[in-house]
Amino acid sequence: MTAQLQTARPRGRAVPASQTAATTFRYAALIVGAVVMIIPFLYMVSTSFTAQAYVLTLPPQFIPNPATIANYTQALTTQDFLLYFANSLIVALASTVLSVLISSMMAFAFARYDFAGKEIIFRVLLAGLTVPAVMLLIPQFLLAKDWHLLDSLPGLMVFYIAGSLALNTFLLRGFLASVPGELDQAMQVDGANAWTRYWRLALPLAKPAIATATIFTFLASWDEYPLALTMINNPDHRTLPVAIAAFQGQNATQWGLVFAASLIAIVPVIIVFLVFQRYFVQGLTSGAVKG
Amino acid sequence: MTRQRARASATPYLFLAPGFILFLAVIIYPAIRAFQMSFFDWKIVPGAVSQFIGLDNYVRAFQDGHFWLSLSNSGIYMLATVPPQIVIGLFIAMLLKRKSPTQPLFRVLFYLPVVTSWVVVSLLFKYLFADSGLVNFTLHDFLHLMNRDVSWLSARGTALIAICALGVWKGIGWSMMIFLAALQGVPETLEEAATMDGANRWQRFRAVTLPAISPATVFITVMLVIGGLNVFTSVLLLTGGGPGGQTDVVLS
Repeated sequence: MTAQLQTARPRGRAVPASQTAATTFRYAALIVGAVVMIIPFLYMVSTSFTAQAYVLTLPPQFIPNPATIANYTQALTTQDFLLYFANSLIVALASTVLSVLISSMMAFAFARYDFAGKEIIFRVLLAGLTVPAVMLLIPQFLLAKDWHLLDSLPGLMVFYIAGSLALNTFLLRGFLASVPGELDQAMQVDGANAWTRYWRLALPLAKPAIATATIFTFLASWDEYPLALTMINNPDHRTLPVAIAAFQGQNATQWGLVFAASLIAIVPVIIVFLVFQRYFVQGLTSGAVKG
Repeated sequence: MTRQRARASATPYLFLAPGFILFLAVIIYPAIRAFQMSFFDWKIVPGAVSQFIGLDNYVRAFQDGHFWLSLSNSGIYMLATVPPQIVIGLFIAMLLKRKSPTQPLFRVLFYLPVVTSWVVVSLLFKYLFADSGLVNFTLHDFLHLMNRDVSWLSARGTALIAICALGVWKGIGWSMMIFLAALQGVPETLEEAATMDGANRWQRFRAVTLPAISPATVFITVMLVIGGLNVFTSVLLLTGGGPGGQTDVVLS
């Protein structure tokens, strides 16, 4: 009662001075933070429109003069950039779809069933989450050699899918477990089999968590560098991160070109993020945090 | 009742099988293999016999000055990046907690470095920390905090600063996002009750908010420590472990 009165009080009168000060401070801090976050990107954008001769001149130019789009045309036309882009897109899309499908199946089993070994299997998954990916590089390379997965895009997918399974299952299980099981039981009484209940009920219900898992997986497979660097030898099978890092290695770094290529590479990630971000926070809330 | 019926069936195992088998083969098996390899004088050439040498690799590693240097670099990286990511991430999440028209915009701005690939941001920071790059310009010519340009990436200490700055800058958005999700689960009634009892902002934060989000804090800390151990791409691309292997981390 009193709490309601208290919160209702400021509405009628003028906003107290302390609250205005707090709001001002809030926005000041947020704007300073956002500027620090965004300046490197703006500088990257500006450099990508700058000819090599004007790169790294002092004082730095934020608005390139003369501006040029030569870096973009060069990135898009040379060095099989579009091929690398397509490679990355295929690998990232296929890995994301398959990983989310497989891990949501696992999450469904964990959230809706009791079975022998449930605890142990879940612990093994969590343990896998803690293994540093770079430590696995050499044994995974040997494994890929034995299975003839080296130098192929599907081979890369196998490793990306496996690498994202644990986190996705963890997120999705948390979310599904927080959804009441009554609907599931009702469907069961109506004679729906497990696959129908998974496909028709669990998946649509878990939409926010699936969005979160999709963002994480797409991001991870689109950006992955050490594995792609080790496993892919054939230049035709390179993915974007490897190609961009190689841009930088050749003779004197053409920063404008590197950043033009980088910015083109960021676009798909931003699209995926903007499409799914509506659900993102909601998916995290019940998935990771209450886990 | 349904639970018991489920216990007898093979259904959950069928749902688990594809993922778990793949996981065992591609993650767990290599992890065991890595552990096993550490006891052998491993020959990567096919056909060559690898010799079991017990703990020799460990002895060699512990006697190797370079191993300790790498280990301390990884340690410094974790100490310098994990706490700031948690504190600043939580701070920004607190500022963004209340719904407002600008909230989504700030959320996206802070999250932008997270969605950008490690390769791209590493190259970007190499460019920013270049001798005539933006960092030197800002600190020396603009703010006059330094009296000369610093060659950031060519000495161990300053190169570590650049690497850690990158780690914090890239990671803040991620911890902010998880904290933001966790903060939405804090019951408003508790906050109101605390306000009624005369608790000020800081007391409310300590007594209500922090305990309510502690699962998220644990999750973030664990993930950041693992990520900190995993740092590789940024070091490789920023300094290549240079000068002379002085910025190598344990995994490289």
